[in-house]
Amino acid sequence: MEIAQLLLGGISVGCVYGLVALGFVLIYKATESVNFAQGDLMMLGAFVTLQFANTAYWGMPFWLGMLMAVIVMAVIGYLMEALVIRRLFGQPQFAVVILTIAIGFVLRFIAGFIWGHEPLTLETPFTGKNMTIGGLAVSLDEIFIIATTIVLTLVLYLFFARTKLGVAMQASSQNQLAAYYMGVPVKRIHGLVWALSGGISTIAGVLFAARGSIDPNLGLLGIKAFAAAVIGGFGSLPGALAGGLIVGIVEPFAGRYIAAGYSQIMPYAIMLLVLVLRPNGLFAQVQSKKV
Amino acid sequence: MRIHQKTSYDDDLNLFKDRYQAFWYLALIVGAVLLPFVIDSYYIGEVVLVLIWAIAGMGLMILAGHTGQASLGHAAFLACGAYMEAWLNNKGVSFLISFPLAGLFAGVVGAVIAIPALRMSGIYLAIATLAMGIVAEDVIVLAEPFTGGVSGTFVGAINLPGLEIDRYANPSAFYWLCLFVTILVAFAYANLLRSSTGRAFVAIRDSEVSAKAMGISIARFKTLAFFLSCFVTGLAGALMGHFLGAFNYEAFLITVSIQMLLMIVVGGMGSIHGAFFGAMVVGFLPQIITLIRQQVSTNAVAGLDTGIFAAILVAIIILEPRGLYGQWMKTRIWFELFPLARRDMFRRHKSYLKTERLK
Repeated sequence: MEIAQLLLGGISVGCVYGLVALGFVLIYKATESVNFAQGDLMMLGAFVTLQFANTAYWGMPFWLGMLMAVIVMAVIGYLMEALVIRRLFGQPQFAVVILTIAIGFVLRFIAGFIWGHEPLTLETPFTGKNMTIGGLAVSLDEIFIIATTIVLTLVLYLFFARTKLGVAMQASSQNQLAAYYMGVPVKRIHGLVWALSGGISTIAGVLFAARGSIDPNLGLLGIKAFAAAVIGGFGSLPGALAGGLIVGIVEPFAGRYIAAGYSQIMPYAIMLLVLVLRPNGLFAQVQSKKV
Repeated sequence: MRIHQKTSYDDDLNLFKDRYQAFWYLALIVGAVLLPFVIDSYYIGEVVLVLIWAIAGMGLMILAGHTGQASLGHAAFLACGAYMEAWLNNKGVSFLISFPLAGLFAGVVGAVIAIPALRMSGIYLAIATLAMGIVAEDVIVLAEPFTGGVSGTFVGAINLPGLEIDRYANPSAFYWLCLFVTILVAFAYANLLRSSTGRAFVAIRDSEVSAKAMGISIARFKTLAFFLSCFVTGLAGALMGHFLGAFNYEAFLITVSIQMLLMIVVGGMGSIHGAFFGAMVVGFLPQIITLIRQQVSTNAVAGLDTGIFAAILVAIIILEPRGLYGQWMKTRIWFELFPLARRDMFRRHKSYLKTERLK
C-alpha cells in the first residue's frame, strides 16, 4: 500500500515535469532552439493565474482565471518569439540558450517585483480535499493533475494529427526549408509554437501550484524537466511525458529508500547515465552528416 | 589613421601586432601594479574580485569560447580549486605547492568528466554539465571530512616563503598576487592561441568534421581543453577561497556557473579580452546599480542586480553577439580607419536556420 501511495504522488508530480518537458520539446522540435526559460514561463503562468483567481487579487472563478492566464501566457510566449528570439534566427543554438537563460532571470525578477519573494498559495477548488479509495489516501488535487494531463495530451495529439496548423507545425519541425517551399509560414508557425508552449507551461504551473505554494524561484524546477526531456529523448513528445513520469516516480522512491543527501541526486544521476550511454537521448535525432 | 603592414608570415603569430600595441599593454600592466597606491583598500577588494572572475572567465573561455564546448557547471571546478587549496592550506602546505595542486586537482577532475562529455555536443553537453553542476553541490555537502559539509570550511592566510598574505591585513599584497596570477594566465592563454594546440581548439569549435579531416584528434584535444579550462578555473577557485576566507557550498551554486557563462558572453565570446570585460561588468555593475538606486529611492529592490544584468545581456545578444569586446573592436576600427569606415563593414550575414541534428 505504501508503494501505491508513493507511486500516486510520483505520478502526479511526474505529470507536471512531463508537461514542462513537453513545452520545451515542442519548441525544440519546431524551432531547434532550446528554451531554458521554460521553468520560468511555468512560474509566471502560475503567478498570472493567481493574479486572476485569488480573492486577494482579482477574484475571478478559478476555471475562468486559469483560462485567462493561459491566453495571457500564450500571448507572452508569442511576443517573446516575435520580438526577441526571432532576431537570432540562423545564429548558433548556443546564442539562444544564453538568451533564454537571461530571459529566465528577467522573468524571475519581474515576478519577484510584482508578487514579492514570499511563497504564495493559489486558491483552487480542490486544495486540501482528500478521500480514501480502497485504503489509498487520494487528494483531489492529485486527481485533478492526472486528469488534466491526460486530457491535455489527448487534445495535443488530436491537434497535431488532425488540424491543419498542427500538421504545419510538424512539417516545419521536420524540414524547415521544405516547409517554406510548401507555403508554410514558418516564422508565424514558430511564434505559434511558442504561444502553445507558453499555454502548456501555464497549465503545468497551475497543476504544480495546486500541490503547494509558489515563489519566483519555482522556475528552477525547469532543470528537473530538462532531465525528463533528456531521458525521454529530446525530440519526442510522448517521450517527454514518459521521461517526466520516470523522474517524478523515481523521486519519492529515492526519498523513501535511499539515504538523505543521496536521494535528490537520483533524477540527475539517471539523466547523466542516459546521456553517457546514449549521448543524444534515448530516442536520438542526431544523425551524422553524409558527405 | 594607422596602417599596419605585414611583412612576414610570422606577423600573424606575434603576440603583439606592433610596438604601439605592446606599449599600451605594458602601460596597462604598470597602471594596474600602481593601483593600490591610488585607491583605498575597500575598492582594492572589489578589483581583486574582478581579477578572480577574470581568471575564472579565461578558464571557461578556453572551453566555451575557443573549443566551442559550452559548460553550464563550471562553478564545480571553482569549488574543486577552493576546497583543495583550503584543505592543503590548513595542513600547512606552502602556497607555492598548494596553489598549483589546487589547479591540477580541478584539471584532473575536468579531464575525467571530459571522457563522457566527449560523446556529447551542443545542447546535450550544456544540459549534462548543468546536471553535473547541481550534483556537485550535493557532493560538496556529502564529502564532509574534506569540505566541512553544510557548515563549510575556513582557509587561513597564504603562506609564501618568508611572507604571509592575509586578505584583510595586507590587501595590497593579495591584490598583487592576484594580478600576478592574472597576467601569468593571460600570457599563457595568449601563447596557447598562437600554438598549434590553440588552432586545433578553434578548428574543433568551427567544425568537428573538418577538424577531424585535418587530422586533429577530437578526443585528445577536447580532453586537453577540458583539462586546461578546469585547471585555470581551479586556480581562480583557490584565490576565491582566500578571498572569501570562509565558505561553504553556497559559494558554488549552479547560479554561479550560469553567471560565469553569462559573464563571458557579455564580455565577448572567443577573446581573452572578453573575459576581462565580462568580469568588470559582473564586478562593478552591482556597485553602479546601488549608487544609482540610492539617488532614486531609499528602499532596496530584491534581485535588481540580476534583473538588470540579465536585461543587459538580452540586449547585448540581440544587438552585439560578439559582446562588449566586439563593440570595442568596432569603435577602435572606426577610429583607426577614419574617415574610411563604412557602415556595412560589420553587417551580419543572414542565413537559414542551421540544424544541429546533423553533426
